[in-house]
Amino acid sequence: MREHTVLRIVSQLVIAPMLLYALYVQFHGEYSPGGGFQAGVILATAIILYGLIFGVEAARAAVTPTLLRIGAAGGLLIYGGTGVATILLGGNFLDYDRLFAHGGQHYGLIIIELGVGITVASVMIAIFYVFAGRGRQDDPDNDEDHGRADDYDADDVS
Amino acid sequence: MITAFFNQMPVLVVVVPLLAAPLCVLAHRAFAAWLIYCLASWAAFAMAFLLFVEAKIAGQVSYAVGNWAPPFGIELVIDTYSALVLLLVTGVAALTGLYARKSIASEIAIEREYLVFALMLLCLAGLVGITVTGDAFNLFVFLEISSLSSYALIAMGPKRRALLSSFQYLIMGTVGGTFLLIGIGLIFMMTGTLNMADLADRLPEVYATRTVQAGLAFIVVGLSLKAALMPAHIWLPNAYTYAPSAISAFIAATATKVAVYALFRFVFTVFGAGYAFGTLPLGIVLLALAAVSMIAGSLASIFQTDVKRLLAWSSVAQMGYIVAGFALATPAGVSAGLVHLLNHGLIKGALFMAVGAMVWRVRASSINDLAGLGRAMPLTSAAFVVGGLSLIGVPATAGFISKWALMSALFDAQHYGVMALLLVASLLSIIYVGRVIEALYFRPLPDDVSHHKHGEAPLGMQVATWALIAINIVIGVHATPELEAAARAAATLVGGGA
Repeated sequence: MREHTVLRIVSQLVIAPMLLYALYVQFHGEYSPGGGFQAGVILATAIILYGLIFGVEAARAAVTPTLLRIGAAGGLLIYGGTGVATILLGGNFLDYDRLFAHGGQHYGLIIIELGVGITVASVMIAIFYVFAGRGRQDDPDNDEDHGRADDYDADDVS
Repeated sequence: MITAFFNQMPVLVVVVPLLAAPLCVLAHRAFAAWLIYCLASWAAFAMAFLLFVEAKIAGQVSYAVGNWAPPFGIELVIDTYSALVLLLVTGVAALTGLYARKSIASEIAIEREYLVFALMLLCLAGLVGITVTGDAFNLFVFLEISSLSSYALIAMGPKRRALLSSFQYLIMGTVGGTFLLIGIGLIFMMTGTLNMADLADRLPEVYATRTVQAGLAFIVVGLSLKAALMPAHIWLPNAYTYAPSAISAFIAATATKVAVYALFRFVFTVFGAGYAFGTLPLGIVLLALAAVSMIAGSLASIFQTDVKRLLAWSSVAQMGYIVAGFALATPAGVSAGLVHLLNHGLIKGALFMAVGAMVWRVRASSINDLAGLGRAMPLTSAAFVVGGLSLIGVPATAGFISKWALMSALFDAQHYGVMALLLVASLLSIIYVGRVIEALYFRPLPDDVSHHKHGEAPLGMQVATWALIAINIVIGVHATPELEAAARAAATLVGGGA
């Protein structure tokens, strides 16, 4: 990538505003078009751009697969956990009014959208890693070994 | 506290497996993930049982998600029809948990095992969601959750071909899901509501419009694809054959059954039996497809060389039996269809588990590879024989109860032709079950016993298989509770809509 000076400089300039824009879409989602899904995709796009320009290994070092696994699961837990919290506070599932005395619907929505954003961003980046890592060696996330039953391969299919 | 728990149960039965899935991913260890799966699925099963009792007492349990009153918010509704299917799904899921530990370990690399359990939990959450929801669009979302996770589960099969069959299922399943969504969109366009009970109130005004007719057509075709009714069955044999054994058992016993549940939930509860079966000729169409399914599925089954594929084709045939019952749109027919839906889930789950235990041992699933296993694995083979007898419909098994109910319902409705075909299909099932039993008991063990290092299947697999077999026998001997519950469900479905 050393030769693509224009690409490198432009993406260096663009990636930080992209991350910021993702946060804007995330936290402004309940007033204007946007929300967790869109924000997650924009955030993932910034990381994917970084991976395309500076190499997947650099992206992997910045956002590790372990972090993505925790993010993907954690986002869903934030969403569902909000619902469970409303149940524990005596309401129905996702009855945000139980969370706060004032503006429960507002803050409840922000919390679950945060969960959506984290999960979407993590999964998008993980999908990119899997595709980008295809055909590489010593890649733990992309081993072609679908099990250890190698001797069980006698197909007799019609 | 206890009443609060009871009030929250309709949503907890979905939320517990749904949130257990990310916990599995965080746990990352195969054993921990398995433990989480077992805890969540047994908890779901316990809640399903309580909901079944509650639905029996109250007639219907309703829950407003987010405390938004229906028809504006998402409503969960559990009546006897959904509670019965819910019991089947969670029960099979819980037993699969016992079964899966050793079976999955022998077929899937250990660092991927936690993903299998997470996906199974997501699939369970989706299937449970379909049965408890009273909202048409919510049903579509849960259907997609269960479908997407089952594509991934099937792709994890030990052979490379699993990827191809999963892709095949993905294409067909997505077409089915899209058709369902188009259908829901059309009826939403005409009524402005997505709540099923509200739809049922508002649809009669617009029954005559092409939009609603097309909506019904799209929904029926879409869900028939998911249910693998005959012309749309093409994905099923490959998917069941190449999926990991525990997944085959779980999906064969639940996924298509839940699709049939959703199909007739739409047809009876949303559109009403009088419209679908009176004004429109849905009954004769479904009955014809069911008849073709029965015969063609059974015939194809006879010529299979792979046991899992044989059972998969038999599933296509059995879907025909189930749909034939529902398509009569009489209380007796619907209750017979529902009973067969439940019994076939139990039978096929047990048979796939028994075959999975044999695969665990010989690492292959063609009939020739099972030669002589009757001596080497006496318990598993005996379980297969009892399950096979139940599949044929021998008295004192669950299969007999539901086939008898189907026969008498068809007789009452004077569909003698379909009745004859059902008998022929049952005779054909003797042949294909017999072929496997012949290999198990009347052929010698091959001399090359290098791969016969294991003995009988591990305890967990045995317990799960025999638990399902035992339920088969119990239903076969004392079917009154199941038949009564099915009759109650049929009364609410057909009585309400006609």
